[in-house]
Amino acid sequence: MKGMTVIVKKISQLMVPSIFLLGLYVVVHGHLTPGGGFAGGVLLVGCFVLQILAYGSDEVRNDLKKWRASLSESIGIVLFLFIALLGLFQGGVFFYNTIARAHPGSALDLFSAGLIPLSNLAIGIEVAAALFAIFLTLAVFRMEKHT
Amino acid sequence: MNWIPAFVAIPLGAAFLIPLIEHWIKGSSDFLTNAVTAFLMGLTLSFIHQAAQTQVYFVGGWEPAEGIPFGIALVVDGLSVLMLLVVNSIAFFATLYSVKYMARYTDKGKFFTLFMLMLAGMNGVVIAGDLFNMFVFLEITAIASYALVAFGIGSEELEASFKYQVLGGTASALVLFGIAIFYMMTKTLNFADASRVIAATGVTPALLFVSVLFLVGFGLKSALMPFHAWLPDAHPSAPAPISAMLSGVVIKVLGVYTLVRIFFNVIGIGTIPALKTVLLSLGVISMVAGAFLALGQQDMKRLLAYSSISQVGYIIFAFGLGTELGILGGLFHLMNHSVLKSLLFLNSGAVVYETESRDMEKLGGLMHKMPVTGTTSMIASLSMSGLPPLGGFFSKLIIIWASIDAGYPLLGAVAVIASIVTLAYYFKLQKEVFLGKLADAFQKAKEAPVLMCIPMICLAIISVGLGLLLLDPVREMVLTPAVHVIQGGVDYARMVLGG
Repeated sequence: MKGMTVIVKKISQLMVPSIFLLGLYVVVHGHLTPGGGFAGGVLLVGCFVLQILAYGSDEVRNDLKKWRASLSESIGIVLFLFIALLGLFQGGVFFYNTIARAHPGSALDLFSAGLIPLSNLAIGIEVAAALFAIFLTLAVFRMEKHT
Repeated sequence: MNWIPAFVAIPLGAAFLIPLIEHWIKGSSDFLTNAVTAFLMGLTLSFIHQAAQTQVYFVGGWEPAEGIPFGIALVVDGLSVLMLLVVNSIAFFATLYSVKYMARYTDKGKFFTLFMLMLAGMNGVVIAGDLFNMFVFLEITAIASYALVAFGIGSEELEASFKYQVLGGTASALVLFGIAIFYMMTKTLNFADASRVIAATGVTPALLFVSVLFLVGFGLKSALMPFHAWLPDAHPSAPAPISAMLSGVVIKVLGVYTLVRIFFNVIGIGTIPALKTVLLSLGVISMVAGAFLALGQQDMKRLLAYSSISQVGYIIFAFGLGTELGILGGLFHLMNHSVLKSLLFLNSGAVVYETESRDMEKLGGLMHKMPVTGTTSMIASLSMSGLPPLGGFFSKLIIIWASIDAGYPLLGAVAVIASIVTLAYYFKLQKEVFLGKLADAFQKAKEAPVLMCIPMICLAIISVGLGLLLLDPVREMVLTPAVHVIQGGVDYARMVLGG
């Protein structure tokens, strides 16, 4: 798939940093504001998808990106499981919020709620990577059909 | 340490570690998957001696406050232990079989990833203590199995998977809709808590509506007769170990277990009088129609798939009787059918592996070429059709006895007729595949590889040994706690929350 016109490319270049920042914000503030890992992850993958749509999938080395997406997806889930196991080994119960019980932090503070922001981070990685992998798979399929 | 969450955490972790490890060390997924399933089987066996008591695990340490649970509860009671035993032991034999069988497909790593996800989902459904988590795990299982059915990527597989997805998606939508109304009605999703609310409010129109939604939704998942259309396509198209899992355990966990848990333990089978009649009629229709449809099949795996519909009909019929004997028969038949049908599907996989044909008209006389496959398949067929010393005979006998005992002698007679038809189609299977004259095209066929024979032999030994489950000490350990859970009905709430 060829890319779009120079206007679209430029505008998407301008948009991508702010979308990425918004995505990060939603992930990191998941325990305080609406949103969280899933919504933030979707926003994060939006900027990757936007780039590919603007520049065309010819520019992307799909095989490489797909493996990296798959890798980050697995890492995201394993990280999430690791957080759950941390609760098990430190507190004796699966998903036990060990950090919050020891250092509760003050309410509505960025550094509060213990393991929950960390879980949100893991979910953010997982969702972004998984959606990106799905998008790439569809993009590859299109290319195969055209040739 | 309490091992209950491990049933979900270990396969889920393995599912996502497999693609990582497989990328660097090729072939490591074989070892990892088998280690996981073997460990889970061992873990389940260690749970058997504590099956009689109900264990509740509050995830994250969120204990109920003033008797009202607000966290995620995982519940392991007699029924859960029995289901875990069935799921994890069949899964172990299926993964062992897959090592050799799946070598002919590409990308074994992805296969095992999906397999582990399916296993995590099923274990999750069985130990979930609330409706929403049960639904999430049910979807994990269902989505993994859609992908597994299509794993061969042939036109037939894709069509079957599409059909399965459409009907499975419909079922999930109905269940989710039911859960929403259920939540609106009871203000809680925890089984035990909801059960108390329903006991206090009694039968309302909303409850009846929810019951119908659940009945259709879970009926679709368990392929009861009017909702069976996806099964005869989906189960034969999947690779053999997946067919064994789908027919052996998936329909029972996603359909039968969920129906029993919700209707017996949460709503209460006595609360809505029509429920028993509905279960009885669905069971009888599936039992008879499935058997007659199986008789007309020419495709070996398709015959087995129709047989599954018929046998699940027996199980639902037995639960519909609602008596202690009926429930015992239903659970016993559930265990028998899991082992036997998995074995038969693995046998059919071995035949396909060696001859690349499932058409019973072309096959024949394979007994001499494949003695292990032939003998194990013969044992499974005889047990399934109810030959006296084998387990299948006793479970059907109990079901028929229970139906006469409960005052339905006519339905008992129908069950006997269905059983005779079962005998007929299994004889047809044996005659046209393993006995008779060997076709010229298959002169070079040989026995399946050793790694595929071992699970078949083990399952055959287990299937013969299953008759022992009726002996008092064994029955007290495995079947009786599960019967008590179902028979106890809404007493479940007290067992989980105390008080």
